[in-house]
Amino acid sequence: MSVLVDDDTRVVVQGITGGEGKFHAEQMMEYGTNIVAGAVPGKGGQEAAGVPVYDTVREAVEEENADTSVIFVPPAFAGDAVFEALDTDLDLAVAITEGIPTQDMARVNKRLSETDTRLIGPNCPGLITPGEAKLGILPGNIFAEGNVGLVSRSGTLTYQVVDSLTNRGIGQTTAIGIGGDPIIGTDFVDALELFENDDETEAIVMCGEIGGEDEEEAAAYIDDNVETPVAGFIAGRTAPPGKRMGHAGAIVSGSGTGTAESKINALNDAGVPVGDTPEEVADRIEEFLG
Amino acid sequence: MKLHEYQAKQVFADAGIPTPESQLASDVDGVLTAAQEIGYPVAVKAQVQVGGRGKAGGIELVDDDDEARDAADSIIGMDLKGYRVDQVLVEEAVDFTDELYVGITMDRGEGKPVAMVSTRGGVNIEEVAEEDPEAIAREHVDPSFGMHPYQARKAVYDAGVDRAVARDVSNVLMTLYELWENRDGSDAEINPLMVTSDDEVIAADAVMNIDEDALFRQPELAEMEEEAASGGDELEQKADEYDFDYVRLEGNTGIIGNGAGLVMTTLDLVDHYGGEPANFLDVGGGAKADRIANALDMVFSDDNVDSVVFNIFGGITRGDEVARGINEALEQFDEIPKPVVVRLAGTNWEEGMEILNEDLVTVEQTLEDAVQRAVEYAEEVNDQ
Repeated sequence: MSVLVDDDTRVVVQGITGGEGKFHAEQMMEYGTNIVAGAVPGKGGQEAAGVPVYDTVREAVEEENADTSVIFVPPAFAGDAVFEALDTDLDLAVAITEGIPTQDMARVNKRLSETDTRLIGPNCPGLITPGEAKLGILPGNIFAEGNVGLVSRSGTLTYQVVDSLTNRGIGQTTAIGIGGDPIIGTDFVDALELFENDDETEAIVMCGEIGGEDEEEAAAYIDDNVETPVAGFIAGRTAPPGKRMGHAGAIVSGSGTGTAESKINALNDAGVPVGDTPEEVADRIEEFLG
Repeated sequence: MKLHEYQAKQVFADAGIPTPESQLASDVDGVLTAAQEIGYPVAVKAQVQVGGRGKAGGIELVDDDDEARDAADSIIGMDLKGYRVDQVLVEEAVDFTDELYVGITMDRGEGKPVAMVSTRGGVNIEEVAEEDPEAIAREHVDPSFGMHPYQARKAVYDAGVDRAVARDVSNVLMTLYELWENRDGSDAEINPLMVTSDDEVIAADAVMNIDEDALFRQPELAEMEEEAASGGDELEQKADEYDFDYVRLEGNTGIIGNGAGLVMTTLDLVDHYGGEPANFLDVGGGAKADRIANALDMVFSDDNVDSVVFNIFGGITRGDEVARGINEALEQFDEIPKPVVVRLAGTNWEEGMEILNEDLVTVEQTLEDAVQRAVEYAEEVNDQ
């Protein structure tokens, strides 16, 4: 089973004529993703990665029945690109772009609440349903089909944990990288809900990091709503207070919330074991699956 | 990016927020001239990007030339929490009856801007927020409309600000929001906003943090950043030049990786295996060979570093590019200054392994093995 994406998903790539857009459109197609069009203002009528390019997302939807967008648009224009995706009532928009100004995302977030489109990202690796489709930049070869759902705020950490799972013969239903920015679309709680409602997902990995309170909220949600066993990992246990560690969200305020300790405690209290290393997370999942 | 107090005050003053008369000085003569022109008493305030300057001896109130000279002598050139003080702001001392707090920030939980007002200004507002959250009035703003004047008034009334100054304080709050919005602020704060005995309000301090991701559309502020970059940790300055996310830490195992979460995980594993991280260095996504070489150069130039672990899990980043960068950086040495352990996985890792010059580095297949090996190397150096 798949969560959010499968081999019928009809994808338009916004920014398909750019270097990253073209490279990853080809990688996605090679993986089996059904990319039907590109959308790049001023490039309508051209072809890129073997699919027709339209000036607007709306044309791609009308001409090619696209229902999902993957966005590889530079940060200065990416906020606008997400608005465009939301304006065409797509089922799903995945924003890969890193470095979108936070105020732009606050406005996107407001618009998002008025539409039925689901947004993943921005500043995320995307999502993958192994064997069916991948949307984004995840390296397809490390994933395997199986019954573990994975949600993570960090792209490369996702790869690390998936690698540990796949090496033990444990495959994944879907892996979702939600991104580490302060304002994102789909969050932990949304992803946990999707996995909880998916019949194929028998265990869940949740990878968080310091900063913000999303993991604490997710822990409360798990406590009340999630029957599927969850194992967690929190990056940044050794980060000193007050220092920003890359992600905009990854700063420890020093006021007690947002620290690795408070997140680990919250998860433990909700019955979620948290591994000290990615291998320990895989150990817990192995135990869950018996 | 954080503006200096004097820069933020200039931005606020230009927008119409009342600020005390002040001048920037960088030596004793400059302080004396400024103080005489403004008229005693004045405050001499260190211009460094750290909080708690007052407690650390970075702010002094002076009444005459002798005191001004002493303050200038002790503050200019001092080390304030790791930053050398090169400049001070000499500022008219405001005679106040009340100290308020006003601020705008992004509430990431709500995904919306929030305006805050409190009558408990002049103190550490984070402590107030912790101990007595009710003492801070909060008003969330719809980012697509901006703040309405009624919202500013509501926050001011809710906070219990004296009626005599309520109108002026809400005007300051409106202006602060517009600045925050137009200048792509992440935080804009005035603490304290002083109330004088004549019922005037005046911004005695000014904090303006700018969203780094929006600097492309804030060219004036980007110029200020260059100005503000003087002083501070040499390595962190170098990281700015190379455009790395870098944080210097206390330990001796250097760490380079791609992606914030994975680099933090590498730090945590160094700690887990008994070592101490010397730094956080994220090369970001899609790094090419020259960027990898710069990263190694950075970590090598930290005297505390005894070994280096490279942890790359390629998605958008390609293993062959990383390997080329590592070779490029190391081949220039007759003798490698510090042992380097490399772990490559993900996109093009096999091509990378073929390219990597294994005479120059230690290769490990897993993250755990790589970290343990780097910690061992660091310990060996320490034992010598």
